Amino acid sequence: MEPVLRVHNITKRFGLNVANDHISFDLKPGEVHALLGENGAGKSTLMNVIYGVYGADEGEIFVRGTQAAISSPKEAIALGIGMVHQHFMLIPAFTVAENIILGMKKELRLDMRSVEAQILEASRKYDLQVDPHALVSTLSVGQQQRVEILKVLFRGAKILILDEPTAVLTPQETEELFKILRHLKEGGVSVIFISHKLNEVMSISDRVSILRRGKITGCFEDLSECTPQVLASAMVGRQVSLGVEKSVKAPGACVLSLEKLCVSDEGKHPVIRDFDLSILAGEIVGLAGVDGNGQSELIKGITGLLPITSGRLTLDGTDLTGKTPRDFIDAGLGHIPEDRHKQGLVLSMSVRENLFLETIQNKPYTKGHVLQKKAMDRKAAELAQFYDIRAASLELDAASLSGGNQQKIIVGRILDQNPKLLIAAHPTRGLDIGATEFVHQCILQARERGCAVLLISTELDEILEVSDRIAVIYEGRCMGVLDAAEATRDSVGLLMAGVREPQTA
Amino acid sequence: MGILNIFLTPDFYSATIRLMTPLMLAALGGILCERAGILNMALEGQILMGAFFAYLGAYLFNNAWMGLVVAMLGSMFLGAIHAFMSINVKVNQVVVALGLNTLAMGITSTIFRFMFGTDSQMAHCPGFTAIRIPGLSDIPFLGPVLFGQYPLTYIALAALAGIHWLLFHTSRGLELRAAGENPQALDVAGVNVIRIRWISVLLTGAFCGLAGACLTLNGLNTFYDNISSGRGFIAYAAIVFGKWNPIGTTLATLLFGAGDALQLRMQAMNFNIPYYFYLMMPYLITFLALVFLMGPSKGPAASNVPFVKDKARKRSAKHSRMGGK
Repeated sequence: MEPVLRVHNITKRFGLNVANDHISFDLKPGEVHALLGENGAGKSTLMNVIYGVYGADEGEIFVRGTQAAISSPKEAIALGIGMVHQHFMLIPAFTVAENIILGMKKELRLDMRSVEAQILEASRKYDLQVDPHALVSTLSVGQQQRVEILKVLFRGAKILILDEPTAVLTPQETEELFKILRHLKEGGVSVIFISHKLNEVMSISDRVSILRRGKITGCFEDLSECTPQVLASAMVGRQVSLGVEKSVKAPGACVLSLEKLCVSDEGKHPVIRDFDLSILAGEIVGLAGVDGNGQSELIKGITGLLPITSGRLTLDGTDLTGKTPRDFIDAGLGHIPEDRHKQGLVLSMSVRENLFLETIQNKPYTKGHVLQKKAMDRKAAELAQFYDIRAASLELDAASLSGGNQQKIIVGRILDQNPKLLIAAHPTRGLDIGATEFVHQCILQARERGCAVLLISTELDEILEVSDRIAVIYEGRCMGVLDAAEATRDSVGLLMAGVREPQTA
Repeated sequence: MGILNIFLTPDFYSATIRLMTPLMLAALGGILCERAGILNMALEGQILMGAFFAYLGAYLFNNAWMGLVVAMLGSMFLGAIHAFMSINVKVNQVVVALGLNTLAMGITSTIFRFMFGTDSQMAHCPGFTAIRIPGLSDIPFLGPVLFGQYPLTYIALAALAGIHWLLFHTSRGLELRAAGENPQALDVAGVNVIRIRWISVLLTGAFCGLAGACLTLNGLNTFYDNISSGRGFIAYAAIVFGKWNPIGTTLATLLFGAGDALQLRMQAMNFNIPYYFYLMMPYLITFLALVFLMGPSKGPAASNVPFVKDKARKRSAKHSRMGGK
């Protein structure tokens, strides 16, 4: 069968960096073709070239057999190509209907009522439930994605590009998305599905192409003869272990204890209510919960970033209630923040400078308010090597590194201080397999050293794999603490939904 | 006789509307470019250009309406520099605007001196006269207030209706607002962001030209240095105060116009206070209104954010076209 889309020898450079290196790739009618690769492998770049957001430096694109000149998204749309970007291209201040119709109408007059009617009709036709009148800012992430897909289909797209569509979805929403994709496939839509999650790729795709460092390194035509292990190795370029191995270890004394902790958010609304939890030396407690159930406020309370409105917090025997973040750090707190761009790094400063954010005022890096460049250089080089921070130079801006390497800057500088308590908030969010494996190893090593770890994550698999005990947060309360050996997806999932088991209620 | 009597005369309300007209025209125009994501702190300079070129045009063509045309062109010239620097060159939009305000002062004063000398005897140009709408202007109180105004006031009212319709009831308005909220989203929706932003900035220039013409052609019929004297910044405050909405912004200019009318009348009452204090009033009202009356005001999300397009895009189009031959 003739491919609906074929790209030939596409090369795209950003300065000296070759993001796509002579890539050839095709898409057959009615198939889901997955493009699998680590972060920074060039998947999004290739798709943006096909969609006309970027211009290619070399190479050709053929749509339904004829060569296409795509110099802007407008031409791509005209050829029936639609793309759902990883970071949604929606305008939060607009309604669903306004977002969908944007750029489609030639005539000046805009009758929103008839537009909304058309969108409702399309929403029924494709079985994508949306409320055309709702403001996008009020929608959940899953609903926003549905709007994006409908926006693309409404423009008559027959070739659908989905860039990391499941990165922001809950497992249920992912299932929902896959149902939609299968439905679209039957309607003759061809899909390019970009991901780095192996299980998802295995369950939805007809074919898988692997992209590594800007090149296509393999194409798996028959997935029945394929395992996640094979795909993972092809993607990373070496053997990887998918599971986490950890030693059996008896925990030590209590490091962190929260007694009836209450924390309000920045707007003074009480969020965390009567939260009890204790973490022992040498154990990892996983905090499971659906995003937005008070995780951020709990983290800020435990790190001194938000005041504790009532209750008590002790770290290693010291009462820290009402103390400053600096007191928390001095008492032995290490914090891997949930948003590495906003809280963890100063993106416009160099990698070297970012390695000293907590320790810059300490000797030997500062003497009498003067920075000691030699001592800093030595330490930075040591950290970069030990924590495998891959940067062409430590003088580069932190912004120029990949997500995985950025996270290694933070993990490295925190763990190097030998914290007694480590708060790891979504430490692997958005990271590829290699970096995720590395961060998990670092956390396990901290546990071996006797560090108490609180791991906050919305990925249930990660919690189940890494933790010794599992606490579940729901609407700012602790729903219960389970032993990891006894916990199952279902038992934790129920608590995450706010359902207590009858005997404990 | 007290201050309260001022509020009982139709004359006060008539003056309020006359004084708010330039603010309203500039602010309404400013909304367009603000909504498209270009921060416009250069309204002041554009009003000044409009004021001078209105005068110059009316003088040279001996016709006030030709003055309007030249005023719009003069302001749009400044707008074009603003657009080029902030959209294409992507210089910080605040810095560009501050430079343009100074440039406008230089251009207007220099040409004025060059053409008319430093002679104290000022050359007058033809100006507008108030239009009394037959019938309606005879209504007591309301008649002279609403139906005996200069033509530019009626133009401003038409602009209010037109801009509201454009922004909220047309496809181009939706695209313009999208350019100010998320230009990338507009780009992937297949719309030319750069063109929309350019047109918005030029339209803003045209309206500022009209605003400037109010200052020189509505009775004064001449020009002096820095005649705009901060009105552009008050107009900008009105945009923020009116939350980037044409109707809200118009109401804000009404408040500022009333403040101006009030201070003029209080000056005439001969209190033993230096007149500078009266002159401060519109600015003080602006300041107090912004501080006390206004809740948090959120402008377009992508204001002052340049849109960066991949440079290779044009190249690849050419490349493919040649390949196709």
